[in-house]
Amino acid sequence: MGDESKDSTTVEDLIEFLKKLAVKELHNVSIEGDIEIEIDSQQMPALELFRAIGYELGMAGYHLMNASKMLGYPVEVFFQPVGEKGVMVEEKKEIIAELIREKFEETKVEYPGVIEEVTLGATKADGGSRGEVVKLGGERSLPFYLFDAEMPHAPKVTIDIFDMPITLAKSVRDHYQDVMEDPGEWAKKAVKEFNADMVTIHLISTDPLLKDTPASEAVKAVEEVLQAVKVPVVIGGSGNPEKDPEVLEKAAEVAEGERCLIASASLNMDWERIANAAKEYGHVILSWTQMDINNQKTLNRYLLNRVKFPRDSLIMDPTTAALGYGLDYAYTNMERIRLSGLKGDKDLAFPMSSGTTNAWGAREAWMKESPIEGDTSWGPREYRGPIWEIITGLTLALAGGDLFMMMHPGAVAVFKEITSTLFGEREGHVDKIEDWITLEVEE
Amino acid sequence: MKVKSPLEIYKYLPKTNCAECGYDTCMSFAANIIDRKTKPGDCPPLTRDEFRENLEKLNELTAPEIREITIGSGDRAVKIGGDDVLFRHDLTFFNPTALAYDVWDTMSSDELENRLSAIKDYRKFYVGEFINLDMVAVRCVSGDPEKFRETVKKASETGLPLILISFNSEILKAGLEEVSEQRPLIYGANENNWRKVAELALDFNVPVVIHSKDLDTLQSLAVTFSEMGINDIVLDPGTEPIGKGLQDTFRRVIQLRRSAIEGENKKVAYPIMVVPMTAWLVGKDKLSTTYWETIIASVFIVKYADIMILHSLEPYEVMPLAILKTNIYTDPRKPVSVEAGLREIGKPDENSPVFITTNFALTYYTVESDLTSAGINCYLLVIDTEGLGVEVSVAGSKLTANVINEAIEKEGVKDRINHNSIVLPGLAARLQGELEMVSGMKVLVGPVDSGRIPGWLEENWPPS
Repeated sequence: MGDESKDSTTVEDLIEFLKKLAVKELHNVSIEGDIEIEIDSQQMPALELFRAIGYELGMAGYHLMNASKMLGYPVEVFFQPVGEKGVMVEEKKEIIAELIREKFEETKVEYPGVIEEVTLGATKADGGSRGEVVKLGGERSLPFYLFDAEMPHAPKVTIDIFDMPITLAKSVRDHYQDVMEDPGEWAKKAVKEFNADMVTIHLISTDPLLKDTPASEAVKAVEEVLQAVKVPVVIGGSGNPEKDPEVLEKAAEVAEGERCLIASASLNMDWERIANAAKEYGHVILSWTQMDINNQKTLNRYLLNRVKFPRDSLIMDPTTAALGYGLDYAYTNMERIRLSGLKGDKDLAFPMSSGTTNAWGAREAWMKESPIEGDTSWGPREYRGPIWEIITGLTLALAGGDLFMMMHPGAVAVFKEITSTLFGEREGHVDKIEDWITLEVEE
Repeated sequence: MKVKSPLEIYKYLPKTNCAECGYDTCMSFAANIIDRKTKPGDCPPLTRDEFRENLEKLNELTAPEIREITIGSGDRAVKIGGDDVLFRHDLTFFNPTALAYDVWDTMSSDELENRLSAIKDYRKFYVGEFINLDMVAVRCVSGDPEKFRETVKKASETGLPLILISFNSEILKAGLEEVSEQRPLIYGANENNWRKVAELALDFNVPVVIHSKDLDTLQSLAVTFSEMGINDIVLDPGTEPIGKGLQDTFRRVIQLRRSAIEGENKKVAYPIMVVPMTAWLVGKDKLSTTYWETIIASVFIVKYADIMILHSLEPYEVMPLAILKTNIYTDPRKPVSVEAGLREIGKPDENSPVFITTNFALTYYTVESDLTSAGINCYLLVIDTEGLGVEVSVAGSKLTANVINEAIEKEGVKDRINHNSIVLPGLAARLQGELEMVSGMKVLVGPVDSGRIPGWLEENWPPS
């Protein structure tokens, strides 16, 4: 497919490109064999490998952006309730002549706590060079419960980029293959073409099992990204517990004043060193635990009390598991953390981040067909992957997630559309919704 | 349920500790009722005449906040509702969202037959069992009672519970006459037709959906129906597919459920229906509409829909929704891990490979079912990672070379085989070098997904 890729890809080019691919897919002209994900497991650290898995691409990206454009009709207002208490009734079997008129009593839940508001990125006025900042948190209610309290900020998306070409799922790779050698260009594409609110630069080349790039050299990628884009930046290590503290310390230093999110401090590594560096150079810290609310509380307390990290500079990553692979645990863990914060547990009252790209680890997202005898066909995989990423993110947005690390541009577009809709930012009504009953669906 | 403490239940029990219920003591039985792991009727003495009043009282006290309704009959009957909490971690959610897929009476008979088979035969293997689709929703598009009757008849041959859909009571009646024994759900009553539909619900003794976007009207309908003796009610607060309308729908669904559970408003304590297929009223093309329908359905599987009507049978929509509802309705009190140790898959001998996995239930069942379906004879060494999957446990240092080596020693793995080699999951590849060092075995790196083990074995087994 080399002839279809272009050096500087515009959205139009991309769409054309996707269309061509889709035609091949739909006409069953095989592009590749069963497993085209080339994984050299010996060279990939587990975590990045997990993030990186994927599948080939279809027309999904193009159509998904269309999903954002569905329009409706003008407004109606529904609720004008007045309270009235109910009574239990006995069974009678006769038709009543008149409807018994009732008022439904709407309720409003107020919590004592408030989630800390955290600003990412610093503009010139604040000693950085970002063109804009991203604000997260500030919630006083469950997500999208606009009837309880105003939700200050919609969920935001940060697109993952890497400091070296990595083995990406084909569908994801096709969106990024022209920029994978250049983190700056990669970041630009994520922001300009795929509408990322932020970008995350993962310094995976520092992993001793990969290139073992020295920290001082690896952080050049951070500088490139900071120069290439004006959005706030997340800086990640390689996930190697021995190497990350040094790498993140150096990265924090070169990004001084930019108020990046440093990802991450975790109990299994020298969190103190990472957090101290983040604090010294004016960044926000990501407090990462493995799906355990008590550990999350412990690590947050260490960061707040021992490192004296400012409360307005802490974000939590309680771990994301994919749809079908532990999403229920991730959902409930995040929901419990958010409720605890709202109910007044100040150690947990911080915005949350989700590594939604983990969704690509689910075999249903990328495998060509079910390995299980007796399964109904899984259908074309090019449509399954993005939806896996969207549902994983959306479910966690409903649990209280504020920041979503994602990769597939189509998934990003649809995720933003539904979260903006629930956030109340999308106009549109459909008056005659009952028409579904007699709809003759034309597909 | 109304009671929160086992003591409130205990006082109505026989207090004999006869253990006929399977629990050692009456107090233990009471505690398990509170956890909804058993119910009063499971106490044999209570079902005898002398205790009848106690049983009735207990049934009333322990009834779930949201009414539980059965739709359909026989093996594939579906229960909806029955919830007691707003958050799954407070107990668990009961009765996963029932997914009903539509057919309509102007389809050609071939189309209808194909679609019905697709709904009936859908299967997705997940954590040890197959997930199926729940129901068929039959819509009357023709306006012709006879056409509707025919379509309903064909749909009933699937054996799946049915929803009969029309606002015209004559049409509903034609369908009901065909399948009244099968306890279909009828849709629906609204502010205009409610008397006639109520009559049908009473005459045929079937559950009924009431519909209004206005929650005052919805509650009015519910109270009026209840007053007439109709209690198997499903609430449809209307599903708007886009924009502010969708946010309003979100609000209505949450307000209804919250009022029923937290506000103890029994007047609306019924299962909720959401209709994601309204996406097809505004959709522009098949793919984006299918996606949007999936998105709407996902929001309300997470947030309180007990039953939903869907259109697209595309596997990329059906599969994620089937799994999402299973995930959200999984009992969070159940352990997430399986027992660690060495398992035999098939009939392994000294030449068979040894695979390593973790004791996270999902990981374990996935690997186990892949190996079994592929007919591979092997050993599976299940490591105690405190219930974490491979990638997370490697990152969190729960799956390390030392932990694996301890399990190898403890289980006597080396004595079972003659090739002194072991296979790491692809996602734990980084442990290879260290594991070779500490175990003295040849360590192979397997595929990142156990579904690819058969192909991997062809190339890598026996080890050179």
